[in-house]
Amino acid sequence: MQGKTLILGVIGADVHAVGNKILYHAFRQAGFEVVNLGVMVSQEEFIEAAIETAAAAIVVASLYGHGELDCRGMREKCQEAGLADILLYVGGNIVVGKQPFEEVEIRFKDMGFDRVFPPGTLPDAVIDALREDLQP
Amino acid sequence: MSLVLLIDFGSTYTKVTAVDKEAKALLGTAAAYTTVATDINEGLEKALADLRKILPAAVDLESAQRFACSSAAGGLRMVTSGLVPSLTAEAARLASLGAGAKVVKVFSYELTEDDLEEIESLKPDIFLLTGGTDGGNKACILHNAAILSQCQSEFPILLAGNRSCAKECEALLAGREVYRCENVMPKMNQLNIEPVQNKIREIFLHKIIQAKGLSKAKELISGILMPTPAALMAAMELLAKGTACQKGLGDLMAVDLGGATTDVYSMARGLPQGEDTVMKGLQEPYAKRTVEGDIGMRYSAGGILAAAGTDKLAALSGLTPCEVEELVEYVTSHTDVLPGSPGTDARLAALDFALAAAAVETAMTRHAGSLEQIYTPTGPSYIQTGKDLREVGQLVVTGGAIIHNHNTAAIVKQALYSQDCPFSLKPRKVNIFIDRRYILAAMGLLADKDPDCALAIMREELEFHGA
Ligand code: B12
Repeated sequence: MQGKTLILGVIGADVHAVGNKILYHAFRQAGFEVVNLGVMVSQEEFIEAAIETAAAAIVVASLYGHGELDCRGMREKCQEAGLADILLYVGGNIVVGKQPFEEVEIRFKDMGFDRVFPPGTLPDAVIDALREDLQP
Repeated sequence: MSLVLLIDFGSTYTKVTAVDKEAKALLGTAAAYTTVATDINEGLEKALADLRKILPAAVDLESAQRFACSSAAGGLRMVTSGLVPSLTAEAARLASLGAGAKVVKVFSYELTEDDLEEIESLKPDIFLLTGGTDGGNKACILHNAAILSQCQSEFPILLAGNRSCAKECEALLAGREVYRCENVMPKMNQLNIEPVQNKIREIFLHKIIQAKGLSKAKELISGILMPTPAALMAAMELLAKGTACQKGLGDLMAVDLGGATTDVYSMARGLPQGEDTVMKGLQEPYAKRTVEGDIGMRYSAGGILAAAGTDKLAALSGLTPCEVEELVEYVTSHTDVLPGSPGTDARLAALDFALAAAAVETAMTRHAGSLEQIYTPTGPSYIQTGKDLREVGQLVVTGGAIIHNHNTAAIVKQALYSQDCPFSLKPRKVNIFIDRRYILAAMGLLADKDPDCALAIMREELEFHGA
């Protein structure tokens, strides 16, 4: 995975900053180049960063419950920007309250996310998934 | 006496400024029309003759060291290209403007055959080719290098993109004059403009002066060191930061209101002020310059009208909307009627006030950063793009239109931070300094050689015009 670039950020009007920093360090430790856009990141910002850095994946976090609204249309925008095949992950507390995760996963996969992670996912699980998905 | 002669070959005037370095004093200034078409030295000699008349007979101009800057023959015209408009394309634009260039076109994404035609007709002095962070996107800059390699006109190409493919770009451009330097945006949102700016200055010194027929002047003087706006930039930076022995004014802005364009400078970091404010986008340089090509008192009066609207100019001038439109048309076609010239009729003076106020306001608004308010479940938060200049306390004004106007304070007031547009991050309250004798470019040149002297003279000569 040496050298593969990831774009990381917390989407929308979400200010939960702690998990973001933990993920950043974990991904770096695992050997990725990480562009961390921090909190309150718009879809456009994720996409522009991915274009300029030729990123392999965009890892979207959402903690405050509005993830579904914030993520809508993101895959389509990637396609428009010439990033049709970029890997899109999402995780955190992506919906309000406790909903059956299988349903949530289906909804986000329908939106074009390659992987959807349930609350409480540890960074290692994401790193394993990235290694698998980014195999040459 | 240790005499230095500072020369600014402007697009219209050649201005000369004599300084006594020992006494840290300005001895005199003079100006004559720039003569690019014939021999640049004619205008210079005429200005020097006028200068001799006002200097004591004992002052021997021949023995003076001479340094010059130039914006004659169109200035330093650049075309830039980058990948994403708000990222490398913007970084390339900011770097070029900061180097004193006139950026005639900014391209982003892949250049097309049509773009190539446009580049041929624009005939830039330098083309700045960027795109991709280091290790990032290669496809775009490689494509653009291939397109540029087909270009017939001969201009130097400065390569400052993704370092991973710099060699390949050079290979694609083999046979052309290519210079290579560090990436203008090596990492996401991180500007690295100094290497590009140094290279631009080098190319300017070695190539462009000659190409523009300005090299004749070179024999007489120690060299044309930089484009005029770069000299202004150097003066402003010195004035803000000070030297080891003299304090500077601190964070400041400057406005140069001209007939065709309006330049704005800021010397400030402009970081977010509130805890609830998050910074987004390209991190802008401490020393930033922007140029508004559509905002100027004569050639671009129509641009001011378009930006501000007839009603606003009418309100500012006290004229009727019809009068405003009629007079804007008049000044656009009579560019030699200088603002503030004696005998100007009252209506024209009123229009000039309104034009100047709207011009400075528009240019400062475009230069300053802005806030976007976001409602979050815990209350409002803010996203800041660009620089927060609200706490900047000093404003230097230069340019004929504004320094000859008696209402400089009222013009400036119009341009400051206002509750009506609370999200435009312009200064709240400023001390105004007027560059009455046009010494800024000269002091920027001197800043290189003797910063203490240049700073002392600026502090003495810039006219304090109240807060
Ligand atoms: C601290 C906190 C805040 C602070 C944030 C301070 C800051 N700047 O960071 C403040 C007070 C500002 C805040 C505000 C709000 N909060 Co809050 N907050 C928390 C709290 C208590 C801890 C968050 C934290 O830092 N955890 C520690 C870090 C390390 O864990 P983490 O963020 O969960 O991240 C880990 C994993 O989730 C995962 N992860 C994170 N991102 C991603 C992404 C991917 C792709 C993957 C795979 C994994 C992953 O890895 C991380 C490291 O292990 C949580 C409750 C909790 N215990 O989790 C609520 C919580 C997140 N907040 C919540 C809410 C509702 C809000 C508010 C809307 C509440 C309000 N009305 O005031 C606002 C929203 C403000 C906004 N605009 O974002 C809810 C969200 C509920 C939901 N999604 O359904 C929570 C879960 C509390 C709750 N149980 O109700 N909050």
